Amino acid sequence: MGLSSTTGISSEPVTRIRAFLFQTLREESVGDEDDIFATGLVNSLFAMQLVQWLEREFSIEIQDEDLELRNFSTVAALAALVERIGNRRASDCP
Amino acid sequence: MSDPFFTTAQLEERKRLRKFVNDAILPHAEDCDVREALPLLVIESVANAGLFGRHLGIERSGWGNLTAYGLLHEELARACSNTRSLVTVQDMVLAALHRWGTAEQRSAYMTPLTQGKKIAAFALSEVNAGSDASAIEATAVASADGYRLTGRKNWISFGEIADLFLIIARLNNQPTAFLVDGRVSGLHRIPIRGLLGLRASMSAEIVMEDCLIPANCLIGGAGCAMLTILPTALAVGRYGVAWGCVGMAQACLEEAISHASKRRQFGVLLCDQQLVQRLIADMHVKIGAARLLCWEAGQRMVHDRGKADLSLASAKYFASTAALESASSAVRIQGAVGCASGSVAARHFRDAKIMEIIEGSNEIQQLTIAQQLFTSRGRG
Repeated sequence: MGLSSTTGISSEPVTRIRAFLFQTLREESVGDEDDIFATGLVNSLFAMQLVQWLEREFSIEIQDEDLELRNFSTVAALAALVERIGNRRASDCP
Repeated sequence: MSDPFFTTAQLEERKRLRKFVNDAILPHAEDCDVREALPLLVIESVANAGLFGRHLGIERSGWGNLTAYGLLHEELARACSNTRSLVTVQDMVLAALHRWGTAEQRSAYMTPLTQGKKIAAFALSEVNAGSDASAIEATAVASADGYRLTGRKNWISFGEIADLFLIIARLNNQPTAFLVDGRVSGLHRIPIRGLLGLRASMSAEIVMEDCLIPANCLIGGAGCAMLTILPTALAVGRYGVAWGCVGMAQACLEEAISHASKRRQFGVLLCDQQLVQRLIADMHVKIGAARLLCWEAGQRMVHDRGKADLSLASAKYFASTAALESASSAVRIQGAVGCASGSVAARHFRDAKIMEIIEGSNEIQQLTIAQQLFTSRGRG
């Protein structure tokens, strides 16, 4: 698994999240640090799919402590969230 | 031969539900529609029968037995869409609470809501925000004591009587959900009368004038309501409405068959007239198809979440269309009887029109279906 050149976050989630945004929003120029809510890129229909897609795609469960909008606002933040939850799960395992 | 879609236990439970509905709900349905209110007697019957919260799973992110839950909605709506709406709305709030509530919030509200000791309402819609939920204008402002809510919510089912509101308002300009006690100072309810359908769902406009609520009322993350609360609650709403539409359409088919088997015109029973037979056949086929789409949606919500949104949107879209068509056909077959005061078919006809609009209009369902198909296919 490689690292993203700009964020140091594992590139694999970044790639999958980019692909999802690309397919769903039909927007080719979303940068990894672009705020997808602030720029008006996303509508309510997309927003309502995002958490379910993340949980399904990465087999994770979003918890109360993850519920900050900034965790969902950019491709890089989403990838970091996926990594954090993955690490948390790994550390929870006996 | 066993049923290919429902287990013996589900079919047995359906029989028990049908008896309950015929005894405790159906006799009040017409009166509820006329009086534009669900009597306490009906609400207590539903609560005492343990019909709230049957969709909840053991795991916070999971569902319970959604097929049995669907049959519950079908049976309720066969008799009374307002009672079905009571259960659906309560369960939308319960689902959001179960999945996204803090331990403190779940401890405070889960039991009273599942037992029906508190009635909940889901307050999203506004005059200028329906299908586009992101357009809400109600605001929440953080203060030293918690949050201050200001704004108006419209067409809030059971807003007239709710003990607890799940209210969506803008906090720092981002949609955020709050659990609000109905007794909070500054919250006013203006009952909405004379609706086309769902007339006994006790809809109200909710006016919030600088309502101060504690900080621990925020649920689902600050600014995250579109990501958390809405998809969870609306999935339950759409699923319940879709199954309810099957029940309404089934009731209309039974009304139409009963009438056509007795009514004679031109010396021939209506049931022997081919144009009537065609309407009956179309109703039957569409009800069957709607029921299978609902069944599939329930299966996918539990076992195949990747296709759950697509199935759910398909079920709600098709079932609500089938309900309106079936109700229309039943009225047509019954003629003047179907148009008269007290007509079951006419009540379902008016209620069915609402089903095309609530919990995501059918246009939103069509958009969702198309977007899901394009997304799953990929590009290029």
